[in-house]
Amino acid sequence: MMQPVSSLSRSAGTAGLAEADASSTLARLRGVEKQFRRGAEAVQVLRGLDLDLRRGEFLALMGPSGSGKSTLLNLLAGLDRPSAGSVEVAGQRIDQLSAGALARWRARHVGLIFQFYNLLPVLSAAKNVELPLLLAPLSRAQRKAQVATAMALVELEHRAKHLPRQLSGGEQQRVGIARAIVTDPTLILADEPTGDLDRKTGDGILDLMQALNAEHGKTIVMVTHDPHAAARATRILHMVDGQLSTEMDA
Amino acid sequence: MTRLGLMASAFRRHRLRLLLTAMSIVVAFLLFSYLVAIRKAFQMGVDVAGADRMMVRHSVSIIQSLPTSYEAEIERVPGVVDATPLSWFGGIYQDPKNFIAQFPVKPEEYLAMYPEFRLSPEQKAAWLRTRTGAIVGRTIADKYHWKIGDRIPIQATVWRPKGGGATWEFELVGIYDGAEKETDTTQFLFRQDFFEENKQFGQGRIGWYAIRIKDPARAAEVAKAIDQQFVNSPAATKTETEGAMAQSFADQVGNIGAIVTAILGAVFFIILVVVGNTMAQGVRERTQEIGVLKAVGFTNGEVLALVLGESMLLAGVAGGFGLAVGWLLVSQGDPTNGFLPIFFFPPEDLVLGIALVLGLGLFSGLLPALQAMRLRTVDALRRG
Amino acid sequence: MLRWLSQIGTLTIFNLKTLPQRPGSVAASLVGMAGVVAVLVGVLSIQQGFTRTMAVTGSPDTAFVLRGGADGEMMSILTRDDARLIAEAPGIARGAGDPLVSPELFVVIGQPKKTTGTDANVPLRGVVPAAFGVHEKVKIVEGRPFVWGRNEVIVGRAAQGQFRGLSVGSTLHLGQNLWQVVGAFTAEGGLPESEIWADAAVLQPAYRRGTTYQSVKVKLASAGSFKQFKDALTANPQLDVKVLRETEFYAGQSRGMTTLIVSLGVIIGVLMGLGAVFGALITMYTAVATRTREIATLRALGFGSSPVVLSVIGESLAIAALGGVLGAVGAWIAFDGFQTATMNWQSFSQVAFAFRVGPPLLALGVLYALALGLVGGLLPAIRAARLPVANALRE
Repeated sequence: MMQPVSSLSRSAGTAGLAEADASSTLARLRGVEKQFRRGAEAVQVLRGLDLDLRRGEFLALMGPSGSGKSTLLNLLAGLDRPSAGSVEVAGQRIDQLSAGALARWRARHVGLIFQFYNLLPVLSAAKNVELPLLLAPLSRAQRKAQVATAMALVELEHRAKHLPRQLSGGEQQRVGIARAIVTDPTLILADEPTGDLDRKTGDGILDLMQALNAEHGKTIVMVTHDPHAAARATRILHMVDGQLSTEMDA
Repeated sequence: MTRLGLMASAFRRHRLRLLLTAMSIVVAFLLFSYLVAIRKAFQMGVDVAGADRMMVRHSVSIIQSLPTSYEAEIERVPGVVDATPLSWFGGIYQDPKNFIAQFPVKPEEYLAMYPEFRLSPEQKAAWLRTRTGAIVGRTIADKYHWKIGDRIPIQATVWRPKGGGATWEFELVGIYDGAEKETDTTQFLFRQDFFEENKQFGQGRIGWYAIRIKDPARAAEVAKAIDQQFVNSPAATKTETEGAMAQSFADQVGNIGAIVTAILGAVFFIILVVVGNTMAQGVRERTQEIGVLKAVGFTNGEVLALVLGESMLLAGVAGGFGLAVGWLLVSQGDPTNGFLPIFFFPPEDLVLGIALVLGLGLFSGLLPALQAMRLRTVDALRRG
Repeated sequence: MLRWLSQIGTLTIFNLKTLPQRPGSVAASLVGMAGVVAVLVGVLSIQQGFTRTMAVTGSPDTAFVLRGGADGEMMSILTRDDARLIAEAPGIARGAGDPLVSPELFVVIGQPKKTTGTDANVPLRGVVPAAFGVHEKVKIVEGRPFVWGRNEVIVGRAAQGQFRGLSVGSTLHLGQNLWQVVGAFTAEGGLPESEIWADAAVLQPAYRRGTTYQSVKVKLASAGSFKQFKDALTANPQLDVKVLRETEFYAGQSRGMTTLIVSLGVIIGVLMGLGAVFGALITMYTAVATRTREIATLRALGFGSSPVVLSVIGESLAIAALGGVLGAVGAWIAFDGFQTATMNWQSFSQVAFAFRVGPPLLALGVLYALALGLVGGLLPAIRAARLPVANALRE
């Protein structure tokens, strides 16, 4: 069996927005609004959104394109700030952090998985995975060890020295996943992780993500438009008119 | 991988463009090496001038002669340690194209006046023994493959010898070396007493005096006192420091220093534009990657440092290589085949070269680095 | 054939239209080319200006006579008897009945330069009345000629420009003698303009030269009389002289300077040219890389690969030509006519000249830029032609 990367305990996922045990809440969003300027107009994407994210959840966010799912993900990742409201992750009000502090926070607490993998083409798979570790005070040997563990977990040790252009789409995404988990982050955020893959490869990725959640207790939020992918999650929420709901718009 | 490794990895993109940029940096610093050597060659006399040495020449021009009697009178002026005569012989060795500076001098006094000319005691003794003896600097001896004991015939142009004809024959009794790299080792020195005795006319007159003073700080005073001494004589004098004289000589050749500096400035500006453009293009192409770095947690400051580090690495390696090769090529010697008396890479300009390398790295990367720093992560990722 | 040419034309224009999309690298290439050409033209203009001064001075029907073995006037001594013997030689032109023979004294005096304030050497030439007949180009343009027998001098315009204290009306203190500057002269930009002239008969005693001169200049009956003149003198056992045409003499004098400047100019020009080629290559490779898809589409549509190659080269040449012209014009504006002076090694004195950017030099600059543009465009052009069309379309 695969080595656990952390000693976090598993937790059973619960559905819905109902009040839950505070200590098991990983992230709390209250009254979050987000506006964008498109030309001269201001477009309101998120309208007073509330969310409680439980530790150990595998949450799927669904909704049509342009509904603001990615925007919400970006807020959770600390890649963007809300126009109004609060974003609290692991007890930290990240909407109040400075840019520099946010970067540091992100390095420690967040792992990101992208639709188009976003690997650095000039670095080998292993070096791509090592990238976030450069921001941590680890020795060369320690970094090497953690990379090896992550690569083993995604079953790509044999491709460690390959460049992204030498890997298939599925393999590239695995590298992306390895990069996302190598720092043992608090939260994993995935934006359409299977969007560019065929059904079979996508399934393999989803298997991996499910395993990370079920066996290693990683909290995952996944944005997707594919119900098939969403079905793997422990909870599904829909983005409707800038707010979250358990049901899809009829 | 380390941060440095991450910086270096950027160069794996577009290897060709990187190579071309690096080569243009190498070329720029090769040019730098040649230009500073040229500038130094034209500055030669000024830098080696002794602080406590001065020249006393005829006030109208150095071409006019001065009486030999002045030597004792100058030495009586307070502050003067010693005075020794020099003249311009202006002879030809085999071909007018072979330019050799020939001076009849008083051996002991001259060598004491110019301690940077190093002559072995045996050779000095030989010179004192041999009336027709001459010593030459290492550079000239090597150029014409002269050895101790050779007989060197010099064709006189102005100073015909008694007894007819135009040839003066000297015996090479010594070869002197310079104490510093800049020391002039191209002089041909023979004995004043032999010259005085053997020339057809102009007895009792010499070209100018080299003098040594006790205290360099009082040079202006001493100069004034000397010139005052002879102001009403048929041959009035003008006394100036060796450095001033060399400088005015250099000025007469032309403001080569300014020309070289102007060219260097132009070259630096051009290379800055070329490298800056390459860096800017690199950043533009890597927008998405920079977004990833920021998403992963690199701060704005770290991204700035990364891009700046790349440009400094490029400039440092290529520029350093260019300086090193430039140094090597320049030390091969004078490319004008003898026109320049000295030709070497001045160490002080090496410092300048390194400063320019750093400046290039810094300024070519600055704007692109700032651009990278300011990229909004979310936008940058979307651009992928 | 015509279709092939029109293909090239179309493609080149298409390429050139995309230039505004790449302002950075095009600017880099232009700056590089302009810089190289400007520097090259600037450095060579020094040599051109210097040589021109020397060339204007010399005419083929004037002969120089110096002491045998002398390299220049400074090192030469001729006696009055020598001058008399020379005047008796055949082939000499006559002016108002007398042979146009000009024995001349040549000394050097120190005067402060306007630019540095420090002393530099100015030639002072002692002449006889025949000198003005021999040196036809000399014309008084201010004041009057000096009166024979007096301590008076006339000053060349170029010397006036370079040195302080040489304006008409000023007094020169030379040793124990005072000389009045009574006039100024020009000599069509030639060497005499850097000199001061005085009566030889007054100069000789002032410099204790007795009755000796340094050179004798002779106006020949015609350029063809030179051989006759020279042979007569060299055959004469009483004379030990060296006879040259004036043009040869000055060509020899400028040889050192020319060699120096040209050799330095070549080093600088080659290195900068190399740098410019690299710059051009970067620009053109970038150009080809960013337009891979367009080029592939054109090829898929039916444009041949050689028109593609030539259009890329055409683009490179266009940029190089523009940069070259900018550099040449810039050099012309900055340098042409810039007055300066340098050391004439033979006379150990200042010779004033102007930087000269003439049409041949401008043409050289632009041609050099074009050559660089050709080299810089060739390899990228070949790459453009070799693009695998199918792959490129998919990108």
